[in-house]
Amino acid sequence: MAAHRCCFPVWLFILCSFSLFIIAGSQETTVAPEQHASVLDNPQTAAETAEQTAGESGGVEERRWEGTEVRDAAAQKQAEPAVLQPTPQPKDDFQEELVVRPLHSGDIYASFQFRTLWETDFMRGNKVSHYRLFPKSLGQVISKFSVRELHISFTQGYWRTMQWGQPYLPSPPGAELWVWFQDSVTDVDATWKELTNVLSGIFCASLNFIDSTNTVQPSASFKPLGIGNVTDHRFLRYATLPREIVCTENLTPWKKLLPCGSKAGLAVLLKSEKLFHSSFHSQAVHIRPVCQDWQCKTTSWELRQTLNVVFDLHNSGQGKREWSLFKMFSRTLTEACPLASSSKIYIDITDNPEGEQFELSPATSLLSQAMVLGDRRTFSVYDLTQQDTFGSVRSLNLLIRWKSTEGDMLRPLLHAERYVAGYGLQTGEIHTLMYNHHPYRSFPVLLLDSVPWYLRLYIHTLTVTSKGKDNKPSYIHYQPSKDRVRPHLLEMLVQLPPNSVTEVTVQFERALLKWTEYTPDPNHGFYVGSSVISSLVPSTVAMDTNSTRERPLFSSFFPCKEESSYFVRVYTEPLLVNLPTPDFSMPYNVICLTCTVVAVGYGSLYNLLTRSFQIEEPSPGLAKRIANVIRKMRGVPPL
Amino acid sequence: MSGLPGFLIDDRLHFPSCPSQGGQRFLVEMAAPLTLLLVLAVTIRAALFRSSLAELIAERVEVVSPITAWKRVVEGLALLDLGVSPYSGDVFHETPLIIYLFHFVVDYAEITFMLDIKTTLTFTDLSLMLFQFRKQKFALEADRYPLDCLELIRSPKEMYYIPLKVAMFYLLNPFTILSCVAKSTCGLNNAVVALFIFSTIKGNTLLSAIFLCLATYQSIYPLTLCAPAMLYLMQRQYIPVNFRRASFWWFIAQYLFMYLGSLFVLICLSFFLLGSWDYMPSVYGFILSVPDLTPNIGLFWYFFAEMFEHFRLFFLCVFQINVFFYTIPLSVKLKEHPVFLIFMQLAVISIFKSYPTVGDIALYMAFLPVWSHLYRFLRNTFLVSCVLLACSTLFPVLWHLWIYAGSANSNFYYAITLLFNVAQILLVSDYFYAFLRREHHLTYGLYLKRKDGSEATLVLK
Repeated sequence: MAAHRCCFPVWLFILCSFSLFIIAGSQETTVAPEQHASVLDNPQTAAETAEQTAGESGGVEERRWEGTEVRDAAAQKQAEPAVLQPTPQPKDDFQEELVVRPLHSGDIYASFQFRTLWETDFMRGNKVSHYRLFPKSLGQVISKFSVRELHISFTQGYWRTMQWGQPYLPSPPGAELWVWFQDSVTDVDATWKELTNVLSGIFCASLNFIDSTNTVQPSASFKPLGIGNVTDHRFLRYATLPREIVCTENLTPWKKLLPCGSKAGLAVLLKSEKLFHSSFHSQAVHIRPVCQDWQCKTTSWELRQTLNVVFDLHNSGQGKREWSLFKMFSRTLTEACPLASSSKIYIDITDNPEGEQFELSPATSLLSQAMVLGDRRTFSVYDLTQQDTFGSVRSLNLLIRWKSTEGDMLRPLLHAERYVAGYGLQTGEIHTLMYNHHPYRSFPVLLLDSVPWYLRLYIHTLTVTSKGKDNKPSYIHYQPSKDRVRPHLLEMLVQLPPNSVTEVTVQFERALLKWTEYTPDPNHGFYVGSSVISSLVPSTVAMDTNSTRERPLFSSFFPCKEESSYFVRVYTEPLLVNLPTPDFSMPYNVICLTCTVVAVGYGSLYNLLTRSFQIEEPSPGLAKRIANVIRKMRGVPPL
Repeated sequence: MSGLPGFLIDDRLHFPSCPSQGGQRFLVEMAAPLTLLLVLAVTIRAALFRSSLAELIAERVEVVSPITAWKRVVEGLALLDLGVSPYSGDVFHETPLIIYLFHFVVDYAEITFMLDIKTTLTFTDLSLMLFQFRKQKFALEADRYPLDCLELIRSPKEMYYIPLKVAMFYLLNPFTILSCVAKSTCGLNNAVVALFIFSTIKGNTLLSAIFLCLATYQSIYPLTLCAPAMLYLMQRQYIPVNFRRASFWWFIAQYLFMYLGSLFVLICLSFFLLGSWDYMPSVYGFILSVPDLTPNIGLFWYFFAEMFEHFRLFFLCVFQINVFFYTIPLSVKLKEHPVFLIFMQLAVISIFKSYPTVGDIALYMAFLPVWSHLYRFLRNTFLVSCVLLACSTLFPVLWHLWIYAGSANSNFYYAITLLFNVAQILLVSDYFYAFLRREHHLTYGLYLKRKDGSEATLVLK
């Protein structure tokens, strides 16, 4: 269908210019890629042709720069008023891309992003029934539950910020779900409950364990990412399941949401036996409304499916520092998804401008530059929609061969970690450490902590210290827990002084639960979800004020606004806390023994209350009693 | 013989006639040892406050319960400062009046405040016992008992030191010291109860009702003290306990009106202080439904931690009714002896309440010297005191083994709580037995003979 629609103007063009005979319809599917490529070659009809025109006019330039493209990793802070394609386009659109970032630790970070845009309105009275690229299951969820925004992630492993830098899309270990509802929803809690159960079915995950005891309504930390500036947090629900194990059964339904499934395009690389044999795996679905054009006259729904994975050097590299698509995914690429309007692979070569760190093959001449997480990064780009990317073997197997083992990564400016202090099973203390590595700028961070009710937090023991001094938070939102009903929610705005560690401590008390409330492995401990630290971090680009290298002097005096800071969300480690346990084997014994003690109390009082003192008469012996019975029968007076 | 009890009542009705001479004399003569005792008690507390033990004691589950823990009061104040209702969470369970009281007092000197509470408490306790002592003296001075019972009746000389002993029993009781050092608000409750007993014995109906209402407002259980208070006040006002008499019902109505009226005022005051009824489920619902299963010395925590879910409500009702259940039969049995009834009620409450602490035990233990004339009839003093001592030392040991060392499990601690409660039950029932037996002997003579002239043994039948 898509191929047919795309090909129609092509056919017209060919008919006009060459007046040739019409090719038979049977050849249609096989020629489609070629035709598509020819469209891109044509400057009049191509959509994203900046690099193409540059290439054609520049001719022999060795490195070509891709046209300005807004990278979206830092786009969480606001709705993206991105205009991608000025030409009239179909109502829905699909893009796929893969970013590969060689990490200094020798590991390799691959981030897939699949984006489906659909200009429709789920909230209208008439039902949307015709689905093309957008998955119907999610569309129905949006319309049934009046969802404004939905963000769900499943993560296995913990992202090591200090070794790997910031991820493009952060996510906490386990499952995380946060949803903004439309303000037309009256009973948000009931809708949320239903929604989690439905999502649990869609993603084959234990999201049905989300209930009021692990759901919070953050007041400041999770703002809508799409359009619409509704900030009434009554319509927001946030929950994490830090214990959730992510595996193949979650990946399969996730892949099914893609228009091409795992049949074509980048998704063929997603083989679970390799993906889950990694240090870190995270898959996510983000749904939000975005603007269709820069004036925001029409809105469309964006479904962004992301999958991040970090492959371990020592685990699968067999000691050699060498990477290829085949080694990582045990597949190579042969084609783009035919439904995709763009399909690209980006390799981060910022630290490797002259090829001294690693060698990339096959080499590409196409380069792209983008601001990612406050840093200007350079990428080699492979466009899968172009046939020559695949070369003569008709398959693309990217190879990275490391040359040197050393290399220093720019330290992430914001970093956080958390642990439980104290010993014994009675009390404890949660320590959260937030590092600001910026040499001279301080910046505020929003810390969100959601602690289950069975760790009873004492907010009066909250201390925030940085550089040995008390650092009073400028904003604290605290909602105490209710036993078996809702968790603690602590949100605060803390200013992190430059080049410092800020320590937040709060004491808690461990509760003894009912024996039925423990998990099947109670001595393993109970998980406490990650703290969420959201911040606008001053960017590293703005940091080097002495940069005259790239910019003319007149542009570099005042720090540029949009580059001066970027949004980062950092998740700390989840905590594993032991609770005191009762003996699970003896409920009967306990019930019996306690009831016995109560009965002893009752019985002794009853005894004293109902009886009176009497002089004890010695009871006659057995022989005498028998004799008396006989005498009574005989009618003789007893002895 | 049957006329004797009524006669006794008549006799006792003389006691309030000359109220204060003995008290004056006592206070003058006892001033020195009493001051010494107070100084000693304050020194011990101050020393413990300053030492590093104070923090340790404040965390002990035997000393503080979720209701009375000072840490939770501070948490409630912190929540109030943050602009969050202290009752929106499940940490703070004190009544609104307490939190506002501490809100104003905590800034000045919490420590001296707590000490003050203790000393005022003991003072009231002391004077209470003083009056109690006088009452008994007057009651017993009437020399109308069988001749051989004279040795059962305490001479004034024996009784002379009882107030001092009571003060000592309370002030130097390790349980009291611990709960004072832990700054448990249990001390406050004890003070209110002591004031209630004091004003009751002084015969002040209004104050008695008000303090009883305060005690009830703090924790529901003192409600059962209503019966002994009314019995005592009726005795003082020569109102016979007779259901057919209008004066009886009129007095009950008066007392209940004062009691319920002040309760109504307190509850409304709390409502206006907070502007919401949130505190009702958070304070009284918390006491009655026992959601917090933190270990303590009582019977509830482990029982409801191990309870099958569908029986929970049933057993909850059974256990809570159990506390209130003894009021009516005990009142019937002890209607001539309301002060002993107060003691029994306090003991029953502190054994069977949902979140007991050692402070509650200290309150009824302070009464023990008052019943020193019962020692003769106690049957298992040695056993009970050994068990109580052993349990008190084993509590921290087994707690450590369970919570810190991990070499024992919860059953160890649970076993000790069971034993501790059995010992308390034995103690209380033993005193009850001794009291009843003494009453029996006072009526029938001490050395009872059988029909054939041999020495008789008394049995309960």
